[in-house]
Amino acid sequence: MSKHFPKSVNKLPLQIIIYLFVISGLATAGVTYYMTPKYTRVGYAPVQPVPYSHAKHAGELGIDCRYCHSNVEKSGFANLPTAQTCMNCHKIIKPNSPLLAVVRKSYETNQPVPWVQIHRVPDFVYFNHSVHIARGVSCVECHGQINQMEVVGEAKSLTMGFCLECHRNPAAHIRPRDQVTNLDWKASSEAEQLTMGAKFVHDWKVNPPQSCSGCHR
Amino acid sequence: MRNVYLITTFLVVLTLSVLGLRGGYFTKSPIDVFPDTLFPGMKFTSKVRTQGGFSFFSDGRSDRLPPSGVVAYSQPFRGDDSVLYLGKAADGSWVRGYPASLKVDLAFVQRGRERYTIYCSPCHGNVGDGNGITKRYGMGATPSYHDDRIRNLPEGDIFDVITNGKGPAYQMGGYADKIEPKDRWAIIAYVRSLQRAQLGTINDVPAQVKTELGIK
Ligand code: HEC
Ligand code: HEC
Ligand code: HEC
Ligand code: HEC
Ligand code: HEC
Ligand code: HEC
Repeated sequence: MSKHFPKSVNKLPLQIIIYLFVISGLATAGVTYYMTPKYTRVGYAPVQPVPYSHAKHAGELGIDCRYCHSNVEKSGFANLPTAQTCMNCHKIIKPNSPLLAVVRKSYETNQPVPWVQIHRVPDFVYFNHSVHIARGVSCVECHGQINQMEVVGEAKSLTMGFCLECHRNPAAHIRPRDQVTNLDWKASSEAEQLTMGAKFVHDWKVNPPQSCSGCHR
Repeated sequence: MRNVYLITTFLVVLTLSVLGLRGGYFTKSPIDVFPDTLFPGMKFTSKVRTQGGFSFFSDGRSDRLPPSGVVAYSQPFRGDDSVLYLGKAADGSWVRGYPASLKVDLAFVQRGRERYTIYCSPCHGNVGDGNGITKRYGMGATPSYHDDRIRNLPEGDIFDVITNGKGPAYQMGGYADKIEPKDRWAIIAYVRSLQRAQLGTINDVPAQVKTELGIK
C-alpha cells in the first residue's frame, strides 16, 4: 500500500500550534504598537492658515505663553489669541508680510482666523487648565517642548493612562508656580525634583482625582 | 512551512515600511481605531465648544455678537467705581494715586511685576527702558518710562493707556481683554517702582545693608 501522506505530516499539528503562537504574538505586538494613541495621535500637526511659529515667538523672542493664551490660568479653556493680539506687534513689525495676510484680514473684517484644533480629549472627559496651572503643572508635561516647535504637533498621547500616571504620583511632576510657563526649566536632579515635589504636594494639599467621577463627570 | 515563515517575515517588513515607527509628524487628522464616523456621538457630541465653530448660523460663529451698546458682564457699569474701572475721578480728570479699594503692598507690587513681565516687557523691556526684545525687530516707537513726562503722568492716564492703547494709529494696542482692572493697577504700581529705581541714590540703601556691603 502506498503512503498517502509523507512522514513529515506527523509534525504538522505541532508546527501549526507553534505558528499560531508566533502569529498571535506578532498581531498583538502590531495592534499595541500601531493601534494605540501613541502611534495614531502623537505627531498630529495639521497645516495652519498662518505659518505661525512658536519656536520664533515663544522660544527666540521669549514671549510668555500667557501673552497669547491669556485665559489659561483663569479658565478651563486655554484660548487661542485674537487677531488683535498678533496685531499689537505686527502693525509695526513686518506690517506687509504676505504670510500675515490672513491675520490682517481677520483684524479688519472681525472674522476669526480659522486655526485648526490639535489637542482634544473626548467630550466625556472633563479637563481644566487652570487647576493644573495653579498647582504647578507645566505646559511641557502635556504639550511637550512647544517653545521649540516650528509647527505645533501633539507630543503626548493624552490618554487616560497618561493622565493617571501623573495623578497617582504628582510629586514627580510639579514645580514652582512661577516656572510653569518656562518650558526649559528642570530641577537640578531627580532626587531634588522628588523632595521639592513632595513638599509642594504637602503644602498645597495637592490631591488629584483618581476616581472615575473626577474626570468623567 | 519555511515558505509560511518567509511570507510572514515579508508581511512584517511590509507593515513596518508602510506604517513606519512612532514619533513622526503628519498633517491628516488622526485615524481613530473606533472612528467617530462609525460610532457617531460616542466621543464627540455636537455641543458648542468655546472658540469652536457652529454651522447652524450662517456666519459659523457659536456666540452671537452682542448688539451695539451692550455692556459685557466683566465691564464696568455706569454706577461702578470709576476710579477702579476707568482711572477717572468724579470730575472726569485722570486720578493720581490708586483706587481706595486696593491695598498697595509688597504682594500687590509683586503681582504687578509678574503681569508686567508677561504683557509689557516684550516691548518696554524688563527695566522699562523701552528696549524690549521687539525693538531689534522694528518696534522703534516704544518709549522709555524714565523720562519726566511719563514720570509725571497721572496713574489714571497710564490706566487708560493699558486699557485702550496709545498712539495715533494705536502703536500700542489695548490690553483690556487680557488684564483685569485690578491687575492693571498692580502693573502701574510696578511701573512706578521701576521709575523710582532709576532715580535711586546711595542714600536709599538702608544703613544695615550698607555695612554688609562695605559702603560708607
Ligand atoms: C504670540 C502668540 C503665542 C504665544 C506667545 C504662544 N502661543 Fe501657543 N498658539 C498660538 C497660536 C496662534 C496657536 C494656533 C496655531 C498653531 O497651532 O500653531 C497656538 C497653539 C498652541 C497650542 C495648540 C492648540 C491646539 O489646537 O491644540 C498649544 C498647546 C500651545 N499653543 C501652547 C503654547 C505654549 C506652551 C506657549 C508658551 C511656551 C505658547 N503656546 C505661546 C499663539 C501663541
Ligand atoms: C511681541 C510681538 C509679537 C507678537 C504679539 C506676534 N508676533 Fe509674529 N513676529 C514677531 C517678530 C519680532 C517676528 C520676526 C520678524 C523678523 O524675523 O524680522 C515675527 C514674525 C512672524 C511671522 C513671520 C513673518 C515673515 O514674513 O517672516 C509670522 C507669520 C508671525 N510672526 C505670525 C504671528 C501671529 C499669527 C501672531 C499672533 C498669534 C503673532 N505673530 C504675534 C513679533 C510678534
Ligand atoms: C495636565 C495637562 C495639560 C497642561 C499642564 C496644559 N495643557 Fe493645554 N491642553 C491639554 C488638553 C488635554 C487639551 C485638550 C482640551 C480640549 O479637549 O479642549 C489642551 C488644549 C490646549 C489648547 C487648545 C485650546 C483648548 O483649551 O482646547 C491650548 C492653546 C493649550 N492647551 C495651551 C496650554 C498652555 C499655554 C499651557 C501652559 C500654561 C497648557 N496648555 C498646559 C492638557 C494640558
Ligand atoms: C503632570 C501631572 C498631571 C497630568 C499629566 C494631568 N493632571 Fe490632572 N491634575 C494634576 C494636579 C496636580 C491636579 C490638582 C489637584 C489638586 O488641586 O489638589 C489635577 C487635577 C485634575 C482635576 C480636578 C479638577 C477639579 O476641578 O477638581 C481633573 C478633572 C483633572 N486633573 C483631569 C486631568 C485629565 C483629564 C488629564 C489628562 C488629559 C490630566 N488631568 C492630566 C496633575 C496632572
Ligand atoms: C485623570 C482623569 C481620569 C480618571 C480619574 C478616569 N478617566 Fe477614564 N478617561 C480619561 C481620559 C482622558 C479618557 C480619553 C482617552 C482617550 O481619548 O484616549 C478616558 C476614557 C475612558 C473610557 C473610554 C475609553 C476609550 O477607549 O474610548 C472609559 C470606558 C473610561 N475612561 C472609564 C473610566 C473608569 C471606569 C474610571 C474609574 C476607574 C476612569 N475612566 C477614570 C480620564 C480619566
Ligand atoms: C507691542 C508692544 C508694546 C507692549 C506689549 C506694551 N506697549 Fe506700551 N507702548 C508701546 C508703544 C509703541 C508706545 C508709544 C505709543 C505712542 O505714543 O505712539 C507705548 C507707550 C506706552 C506708555 C506711554 C504713554 C504716553 O502717554 O506716552 C506707557 C505708560 C505704556 N506704553 C505702558 C505699557 C504697559 C503698562 C504695558 C503692559 C500692559 C505696555 N505698555 C505694553 C508698545 C507696547
